[in-house]
Amino acid sequence: MSEIPSDLRYTKSHEWVRTLPDGSVEIGITDHAQAALGDLVFVEVPDAGRMLSAGDACAVVESVKAASDVYSPLGGEVLAGNDQLATQPELINSDPYGQGWIMRLKPAAGAAAGLMDSSAYAAAVAAGG
Amino acid sequence: MGRRTPLFDLHQAAGARLVDFGGWDMPVGYGSQIEEHHAVRRDAGMFDVSHMCTVDLRGAGVRALLLRLLANDVSRLTVSGKALYSCMLRPDGGVMDDLIAYFMDEKWFRLVVNAGTADKDLAWIKEHAKPVGVAVVPRRDLALIAVQGPQARARVAPLLSADCRAPAAALGAFFGAACDEWFVARTGYTGEDGYEIMLPAEAAAEFWNGLQAAAVVPCGLGARDTLRLEAGMNLYGNDMDETVTPLESGLAWTVVLEGTRDFIGKAALEAQRAAGNARKLVGLLLQERGVLRAHQAVYAGSAGTGEVTSGTFSPTLERSIGLARVPGAAAGTVEVDIRGKRLPARIVKPPFVRNGRALIEL
Repeated sequence: MSEIPSDLRYTKSHEWVRTLPDGSVEIGITDHAQAALGDLVFVEVPDAGRMLSAGDACAVVESVKAASDVYSPLGGEVLAGNDQLATQPELINSDPYGQGWIMRLKPAAGAAAGLMDSSAYAAAVAAGG
Repeated sequence: MGRRTPLFDLHQAAGARLVDFGGWDMPVGYGSQIEEHHAVRRDAGMFDVSHMCTVDLRGAGVRALLLRLLANDVSRLTVSGKALYSCMLRPDGGVMDDLIAYFMDEKWFRLVVNAGTADKDLAWIKEHAKPVGVAVVPRRDLALIAVQGPQARARVAPLLSADCRAPAAALGAFFGAACDEWFVARTGYTGEDGYEIMLPAEAAAEFWNGLQAAAVVPCGLGARDTLRLEAGMNLYGNDMDETVTPLESGLAWTVVLEGTRDFIGKAALEAQRAAGNARKLVGLLLQERGVLRAHQAVYAGSAGTGEVTSGTFSPTLERSIGLARVPGAAAGTVEVDIRGKRLPARIVKPPFVRNGRALIEL
């Protein structure tokens, strides 16, 4: 069973969102997503300053098996991409909710609508989503 | 639900990720594909490849039959147990399948053909075998387990019966030996030493568990694919199929056009060679970060365009490698369209890796 921390919010497309004390958010892909992708070998993260709308493809995670887009759960401005992933893409496999974060975002006002809590996400995963 | 090998329950119990492969439910991996890959390069790994079909051909006319059916020349097989890799062609030169043929005696050859093409192959072989009185016997009663890696043979030896141990130990590369109801061959699809072992289906689970107890790592089709690609070996359905000839698939070395032997597809290959404009299958080494994948477009400048047929991340080289079908004049560095970006890739001569060592310059 994959790990789904209760203090994060989630999307149907398997991203997680953590709200930081300063109101910015950290975004990554879930344990379920990394397990489905398998060993990651290449990650492309967005540059700081890029403006995103919710649902925009903002990063690429590529495993031995396949390449997948990561979609921004929220609209806003990219504050930072996790540059460590350029040389250590496997951090997403080993620590998807920690060192494997993908980007930090300054969310646009009222951007948080439509995200799932952990129990809703667990139900979506169990249903095969 | 697809077809299941005799080891299906063990794979499921081990938590393998199961996928459809040629109509079979097969393990694509048991955990980390990269760790499985390294286990084979550095130590020993095992693969359930029971979906592949073993076929016995029996009858006095068997050698003559294969001289006609195969693009490689079975008259090269003079010592019992010797194996030959070959394509089987359509009359137009298209590749029906690639296979291994073992010569046992003048009344018995054994073939191993791909899972997805087995039905088609059997129909074709039977059509040609019947008039010459050769019996075609698919051996779905046998499991097939590949044990590969520098330590593979040493790990297998204690698990063989007394009757099999000496013949297995004596095998030269690309030879097989029948012993009891088993068949042990020093062949593989990884670029490492090891065995491919056919054994009665009912004995497969015990043998697999014995190997696992001997620290042989179960590996899925995912690792099998990265290993074979590093070893520069084609995958039927990816790197060649009925629409291309062996000459366009990096397999000219498996075709014997010289001499008077007439095999199915020979005239088409001779015509293609005479025309001199055939495409070629080359190895690619991506020069930047990213991963080559099948069907990406290849731009070879004025030589024209081509397509990646297989691509992956090479765990041994930690770079992306692939095979691509390109115009005959393509040379040097080409560009590959990866998710809308054209990235440079260098044409290299496979294999990329053999026996744990890189064979190309990075």
